[in-house]
Amino acid sequence: MSVTTHLAIGTRKGLWLAHDDETGRWSLDGPHWLMQEVPAVTWAVPAADATGPGATTVPRLLVGVRSEHWGPTVAATADLGGSWQEPDHGAIRFPEGTDSALERVWQLVADPQRPGRVWAGCEPHSLWRSDDGGSSFAINQALWEHPHKKDWFPGGGGACLHTILTDPSDDDRLLVALSTGGVYRSSDSGQSWQAASRGIRADFLPGAEPDHGQCVHKVARDAGDPLRLYAQNHGGVFRTDDGGDRWVSIDDGLPADFGFTVLAHPTTPGTAWVIPLVADVQRLPPDGRLRVWCTTDAGASWAPNESGLPDDYWGVVLRDAAAVTTDGDGGALLFLGTRNGWVYTSADGGGTFTEVARHLPDVLSVRAVRV
Amino acid sequence: MAVTVLLPGPLRADAGGQRALHVDAADAGTLGDLLDAVAAAHPALERRIRDETGQLRRFVNVFVNDDEVRGLQGVDTVLPAGATVHVLPSVAGG
Repeated sequence: MSVTTHLAIGTRKGLWLAHDDETGRWSLDGPHWLMQEVPAVTWAVPAADATGPGATTVPRLLVGVRSEHWGPTVAATADLGGSWQEPDHGAIRFPEGTDSALERVWQLVADPQRPGRVWAGCEPHSLWRSDDGGSSFAINQALWEHPHKKDWFPGGGGACLHTILTDPSDDDRLLVALSTGGVYRSSDSGQSWQAASRGIRADFLPGAEPDHGQCVHKVARDAGDPLRLYAQNHGGVFRTDDGGDRWVSIDDGLPADFGFTVLAHPTTPGTAWVIPLVADVQRLPPDGRLRVWCTTDAGASWAPNESGLPDDYWGVVLRDAAAVTTDGDGGALLFLGTRNGWVYTSADGGGTFTEVARHLPDVLSVRAVRV
Repeated sequence: MAVTVLLPGPLRADAGGQRALHVDAADAGTLGDLLDAVAAAHPALERRIRDETGQLRRFVNVFVNDDEVRGLQGVDTVLPAGATVHVLPSVAGG
């Protein structure tokens, strides 16, 4: 049976879809949502055993879209962009009494354990859950009313909840990350939340090491141990082996400790990738060389990719502009998009990269699925 | 009283393709009341104009006749009989 890889590319001025039918040649379709930014995309894969009328192998794509003029929304397509469905009243609306309005959808995650469930991370800092495939979402009250909320403030991009990790070993465990705010986890399906950022630096706060308030940029879960996580922080790369009780620095061997994204291999324990930038005050690849750095020993050592990414390059890869999925054979397919509008992929675990697309607007989000 | 709402191109799809809506508004009603009536018939249109707190979106300008409502009373602006309400995108974006 043939397999196609679909890649959703959300940019500052629209969405593109790229498709590869394993020939190695990508076809590009777009723009969709022209002149609207697309900071969040997620694929929902049909159940493998679906049969009968309406059964399909086409994945459903949900997108978080924002018009500078007309505001944010969530939309979905079940036919790879041929048509879009957008609830008239808006899928995400802050309830009366919150005195808040949705500013941007930063993260959409189709829950891999529960078909029909979709998580959304939004600005202002908030977590939302849908049980109808993304047509309507309810706010997570426990996080919205968290006593730490007074200490969270907008990072450079906004007051965003940008990372949502479900736990394949325990349906009740959730982990989220906020900029700023840090890492929070729940062991009761989101009824309560505990800060889980100890050990992560907050260079922009005075005093002793904080319990919370860090500007964590992205978190990824290790393939082998659900309690092992990797974090790219606003200064520093960290790992925890206990689900966030304590984080330790793992940036020795990297050319810089700043960056926005971190990816973990979907099947190989101990393997993760980061894309370093010089520093907070110089958000550019070191020496103008865009490189993906890989660890295969959970951060004890790092090595850059061998080829395929440019030198003399002065752009960045944002937190959700990198993604990884399985290649169906135990390996990983990596994708990254730059603010200069180039999209690359690697089929050998980040050793070599090839081009998927060029000359797009600033890439904000990429996510791939193989069906 | 009848109020005419003129829509910019990007919003017409949310109003069934219409360039203008003719809304039967209450006498001495406000812009907010008018948008409530718009929301009842065209919810997707209304939420492009104002957010869920009821405030006009930052980069949407609404004129009552020739006056931009932020210089009046915002969504509390009372609409005169026969008013034309013109919705326009402001200068924004990159």
